[in-house]
Amino acid sequence: MFEIHAGLFNYWAAIALMMVGFYIVIAQGNLIKKIVGLNIFQVAVFVFYISMGKIDGGTAPILGEGIKVYSNPLPHVLILTAIVVGVATTALALALVVRINRSYGTIEEREIIEINHAADHDEDTRL
Amino acid sequence: MMHQKSVLRVVSKLLIPPILLFALYVQFHGDFGPGGGFQAGVIFATAFILYGLIFGVATARRVIPAAATRTMLSLGLLLYGGTGIWSLLLGGEFLDYNLLASTPSAGQHLGILLVEFGVGMTVAGAMTTIFYTFAAQTLGGDDTPKEEV
Amino acid sequence: MAGTAISMLWLRDLFAVVMLSGIYSLFAAVLYVVMDAVDVAFTEAAVGAGISTVLMLGTLALTKSKERAHKKISYGPLVLVLLTGGVLIYGTLDMPRYGDANAPIHSHVANRYIEKSGSEVGPPNIVTSVLASYRGYDTLGETAVVFTAAIGVLVIIGRRRKNKKDTPQAPKTKEGSTS
Repeated sequence: MFEIHAGLFNYWAAIALMMVGFYIVIAQGNLIKKIVGLNIFQVAVFVFYISMGKIDGGTAPILGEGIKVYSNPLPHVLILTAIVVGVATTALALALVVRINRSYGTIEEREIIEINHAADHDEDTRL
Repeated sequence: MMHQKSVLRVVSKLLIPPILLFALYVQFHGDFGPGGGFQAGVIFATAFILYGLIFGVATARRVIPAAATRTMLSLGLLLYGGTGIWSLLLGGEFLDYNLLASTPSAGQHLGILLVEFGVGMTVAGAMTTIFYTFAAQTLGGDDTPKEEV
Repeated sequence: MAGTAISMLWLRDLFAVVMLSGIYSLFAAVLYVVMDAVDVAFTEAAVGAGISTVLMLGTLALTKSKERAHKKISYGPLVLVLLTGGVLIYGTLDMPRYGDANAPIHSHVANRYIEKSGSEVGPPNIVTSVLASYRGYDTLGETAVVFTAAIGVLVIIGRRRKNKKDTPQAPKTKEGSTS
């Protein structure tokens, strides 16, 4: 069975990495760690895309004499821009974390929820 | 404390000019080898970030002020959009480079050059601006009072 | 690569986690070179291992570098993750094999790029031709996203310096112009 599916190993590796990132995002309470988890997920998706563009015996898509087979350049273009956009959005997320830390004094999800609950409770008792 | 690390200071002084040169090489050689505006912008920003980390952000701001990085940020996008508008004015479609010069191939070459340069400027400006903004927070330190929610 | 990812899961020292995420990016860049995506590898090495590590360290300096103690394994999310992974792996069974030249992804627009970009656009680097010429609209949008993200960072945390300008005891804010 393993021989039949050997050509799918690249997808499975990407999925395994994706799931590690996904687990960090949903199970861990620290906001910075959640962002790292999102990054792991993101890179896994990039690997998935690039591995689809690979052709056996192909070379990098730069035109040259006597080269017949090139790997597919389209995923490369998409992922190239996605990486830079990814770091820009990561910076935005980190800015939000800094702002949250300034307002709440913590970057743990559970403590933030507790502070919010306490604030709600205060309002209720005041009314 | 940062100012005592003389090895770092000397090595980074040696490294920064080649980094800037390499960024320009990546920017304008991107047609022929791997590279292009996105990578060049990031490498260009890295030089300033390295400088800011070693010599302090205040010194880096004197070399390239925050207003300059913000101008770069917007000018790059304007250059990209402007190239598109230019081709519109010449009677073509948006971002149709064939009309920018006398022959289509020269036009394509010019268009790609302008567009990649725009991308490079925006990315370099964005990364340096983001770094400055984060670094400006640490200058405040912990002594500033926390804002009320 | 999976090793670094899993150690990021266990470690509670956020400094080590950030460093590992840089190493993870470098591993990814190596993988891209193996799969012929030299441009992508270049970007990943510069961006993933360089800039984002610096930004994350900057954030750590502003917040806390230790994570609060937590349960080692939470079973609800674990089950959910395993379930999702299982479904995704089931989905790959019909996918084309790695390196297959007849896969659907290679039979449409990519051939046009490879055969014609030399004469239609010019640069030998096909990735550059596609990025700047064939898909110029797309790249314009991506550039706008980078621009917007930088503006967003300025709006979210750049404003504090304006407040601080009012207080006289902040000497360093004079040099940079404020937002």
